[in-house]
Amino acid sequence: MILLNASEWTRVATGILYVLLAPLFGGLLAGVDRRITARMQGRKGPPILQPFYDVLKLLEKRRVSVNKLQNFFIVLFLVFLVFTGTLFFSGGDLLLFIFAFTLAAIFFISAAYAANSPYSSIGAERELLQMMAYEPMVLLTAVGFYMANGSFKVSDLVVAPRPAILLIPMIFLGFCYVLTFKFRKSPFDLSTSHHGHQEIVKGITTEFSGASLAWIEIAHWYESTFLIALIALFFVWSNPLSIALGIGVALLVYFLEILVDNTFARVKWQLAIRSAWIVAGVFGFLNLLALTLMRGGK
Amino acid sequence: MDPVYFLLLFPLLPAVLLLLVRNDKVRTATVWASALIVAAGSVWMAIRYYSNDFALFDSHENVGTAMMVLKTLFAVAVVVYAVRRRRWWIVGLVVLQEAASLWFELAPGHQVDVPLNLYVDKLSLTMVLIVGVIGSLIVLYSVGYMRNYHKQHAEIKDRRPMFYFVVFVFLSAMFGLVTSNNLQWMYFFWEVTTLCSFLLIGYTGTEEAKRNSERALGMNLLGGLGFVGAILYTGLTMHSVDLRHILQMGLSGWDIMIPVMLLAFAGMVKSAQLPFSSWLLGAMVAPTPTSALLHSSTMVKAGVFLLLRLAPVLSGKPAGTMVILVGGITFLVGSIVSITHSDAKKVLAYSTVANLGLVVACAGVGTSEAVWAGFLLMIFHAVAKSLMFLSVGTIEHNLHSRDIEDMHGLLSKMPMMAILITIGIAGMFLAPFGMLISKWAAMKAFIDSNNVFIVLLLVFGSSATLFFWTKWLGKIVAVLNHIEPVDKNFTVEEIVSLVIHAGMTSLMCILFPVVSKFLIEPYLFYVFGPAATGNIISQGNITVMTLMLGMVVVIPAALYLFMHGRKEKIVPAYMAGANTDDNRFFVDAHQDPKRMFLTNWYMQDFFKPELLLKISGVVCTLVMLTVVAMTLGGMLA
Amino acid sequence: MPYLKKSPWLIHYDGSSCNGCDIEVLACLTPVYDVERFGVVNTGNPKHADLFLLTGAINEQNAPVVRNIYEQMPDPKVVIAVGICATSGGIFRECYNILGGVDKVLPVDVYVSGCAARPEAIIDGVVKALSILEEKRAAMKAARRAARKAPAAAVEGRNP
Repeated sequence: MILLNASEWTRVATGILYVLLAPLFGGLLAGVDRRITARMQGRKGPPILQPFYDVLKLLEKRRVSVNKLQNFFIVLFLVFLVFTGTLFFSGGDLLLFIFAFTLAAIFFISAAYAANSPYSSIGAERELLQMMAYEPMVLLTAVGFYMANGSFKVSDLVVAPRPAILLIPMIFLGFCYVLTFKFRKSPFDLSTSHHGHQEIVKGITTEFSGASLAWIEIAHWYESTFLIALIALFFVWSNPLSIALGIGVALLVYFLEILVDNTFARVKWQLAIRSAWIVAGVFGFLNLLALTLMRGGK
Repeated sequence: MDPVYFLLLFPLLPAVLLLLVRNDKVRTATVWASALIVAAGSVWMAIRYYSNDFALFDSHENVGTAMMVLKTLFAVAVVVYAVRRRRWWIVGLVVLQEAASLWFELAPGHQVDVPLNLYVDKLSLTMVLIVGVIGSLIVLYSVGYMRNYHKQHAEIKDRRPMFYFVVFVFLSAMFGLVTSNNLQWMYFFWEVTTLCSFLLIGYTGTEEAKRNSERALGMNLLGGLGFVGAILYTGLTMHSVDLRHILQMGLSGWDIMIPVMLLAFAGMVKSAQLPFSSWLLGAMVAPTPTSALLHSSTMVKAGVFLLLRLAPVLSGKPAGTMVILVGGITFLVGSIVSITHSDAKKVLAYSTVANLGLVVACAGVGTSEAVWAGFLLMIFHAVAKSLMFLSVGTIEHNLHSRDIEDMHGLLSKMPMMAILITIGIAGMFLAPFGMLISKWAAMKAFIDSNNVFIVLLLVFGSSATLFFWTKWLGKIVAVLNHIEPVDKNFTVEEIVSLVIHAGMTSLMCILFPVVSKFLIEPYLFYVFGPAATGNIISQGNITVMTLMLGMVVVIPAALYLFMHGRKEKIVPAYMAGANTDDNRFFVDAHQDPKRMFLTNWYMQDFFKPELLLKISGVVCTLVMLTVVAMTLGGMLA
Repeated sequence: MPYLKKSPWLIHYDGSSCNGCDIEVLACLTPVYDVERFGVVNTGNPKHADLFLLTGAINEQNAPVVRNIYEQMPDPKVVIAVGICATSGGIFRECYNILGGVDKVLPVDVYVSGCAARPEAIIDGVVKALSILEEKRAAMKAARRAARKAPAAAVEGRNP
């Protein structure tokens, strides 16, 4: 058996905690989200635990699918998404984390393609477009962390001498912009049409029902948990209290995402990709350029 | 006999033999045997010269003379052809080149003494392995492929003896190219590969093929002109055409920017960088094994091979900036343009151009990290791209189309080919597989060398890469309920070659630390000294990636066993309730069944590929001209 | 477990309605009635839905569509006919192409009366449907358990 030292044990422990608790956190976040959305629309909204009811219900339903391969990919999607989050929470490499995330997302898209249905195909195509739109900014975020604090490893970044936000504020803004894609919020919810918008039925999730849909929901809970953590990472330094600050800011950002979701109509894909690329190109590049100049000055 | 001489000379034997033999059985047997021998020979050479850091060879004066005579004969032949076809620019280029190199060799070249005509280090050994192993596998594949090809295309004249002759001559020339140290020798082999490429692109003899082959010839001759220029410059000013010697002089403070720039130019043309990438696209008219062998796995690698050689002297110099920019722009533009095509071979061609661009950019950065990344990328790309090309070739023979749209539901139609091509696609861009590792390393190298702009090109380019590979993958995994039967024309050669390729693509991602340790790091140590950084990917991350690979293999297998017997209610896909009996049709407004078909997005109106290529071609040209002007200005000042 | 009752997702289909009932169905989602309080979501996708809510009469052309949508919904599921047209064909009953109410093609579980049906009545109908849904789930579970034992019984029966 491999002997681990104290810090490695902590990393393993946070990883395990993530696997166990992320669905709880993510589910609650989704519940609060639905409640806040309802309030913004002048409604009362469902119970906070509604997402859990939904998932438990889905698990009770009979299995119905277009073919078996699609469900096969969905299970892979869930497994790799959990793996991705665990990489992050156990202090892994940010770039590897992004690559694993991409792999998971590709399983999801493959599932929708496998169904060979008009609506899920168009959803898959749009999801892919969204990935192409946000990927540059996400990669630049990792690069920004590396240039700011000298490491790609989350375990090093959380004990950095100063919070990364001081050095990469523009990257933070750019990252918040593409988060709207990641959280599947309007104006960039092109691939899954949430709420009452049904022009592509349910987009990428159209052909999934029962347990498969439940896996997708749970995967999204895992996903939103590590996205929240990623936002928090901008504000964390060696002071342990800063974690609370980070989570606070992250939740505030999430609230703003809900606000944006409720105030903007969905945009066309051309605008979605163009704006995301421009944001990545301008904010990301300028911030990195500044960092390079600072580095050169030393 | 020494393995180097063996590899140089042996392929000529089957080349001549296959030119004479018309019997298919004899031909098959010969190719099998020769492919095995060449592959074994390259492994033998790798083992033989592994322990020595480098090996030097002297050779007889007459060899140089023989090369000169051969080259002149080639030139005369090309001129005759070009005059007959009225391609005056080709005539001009050939005459100019031949005159310059003949003059140099006959007059001042005699004073230039090159003690080391051949020179083998780990970079050469890697190229030898790529050419020997991948090359042999492709040649093996071509036996089955070409047989089917002529069965299906009765209108095309069967010129297989010529095909195999050229292919084996090409292998010999490639071995020569990667082991040459004498620039004149390298130039000879360089031009032989250009000629081979020209002959193979024109294989079908159609007007389009001829035109494209002439374009490839013309552009590569232009690159060759750069090569001649470099030889003339170094020969006249430095009295040396010894590449290793020249590079060492460059590192110790000599101003060698002009020859380096000329050589870099030749290398960029050979590896189809913008604005010269159109020749590689045109080359796709050739039969698929040609595309795999010359235009993705080996010949175009000669260009990046040369650039990687030059990397240490490019680093931090204007010429380096030129190479970085051209490579980076080519990567981005190549990746975006790949999105807009549905012809599988075009997509592969653009993606080849793009990936070569990334290696070129790595060479331009020239730090030891960047060279590590570029080196690894070159290896991975050779294996995975060859797999892709060959899979597409076999699929084309069965579906009678190489349009990606026609590969819809390939998993249902041809499960085995679908799995092979999926491995290829995954190998090109997905997480635990090779190409991604090298992109990752490249990114780190770019950041560490403060090349922020190229980081930007890289992240946008890889996002585009993600898009076109995944949509292709999506076409393949779509499940069709009612399958139209598909012919299964697989020959033994094709299957053997494809399966070995797929195995290598998968294994490489576990074995890359080994490759790094035994091939790349010793090379870097030799070139950059003790400051050379080793494997950029930390041990922890390698463990995680191995774990991921295990998951990618084990979980699907386990799931398959688990889900295989499970009963599920199968319902048709949702088509707003207007389904007919199955998923093939829906009911239209006239209550008639209409065939449902799904297509991918190509977004040509959004990305405007022609315009993009034109603009980026102009930008790359301007970059080159600016750097040339700067260097010349610096010299005069 | 009673989660089905807590998260009824519905698909709404307009047969040949005058749109009166459709407006009322959508009114249930507005702030005034806000059925999302009870976890109701209007999915628009049969594969996600538990309740099939129909308005308007069934005609020659939409009968196969309605059957197809019903077929694609995963069990357990219930059908609610909203408004008099969906119940019996209503004033369109005598039209040349009208088959009649929804029960001509599907097993209807709940009928909601009205022309147009009031939102309160629709919500009431949905609540009624939920207990039927729960019954169906229990029956499905029992059937599944029985099926698991059945093959064994069949084998015993064959070898006396």
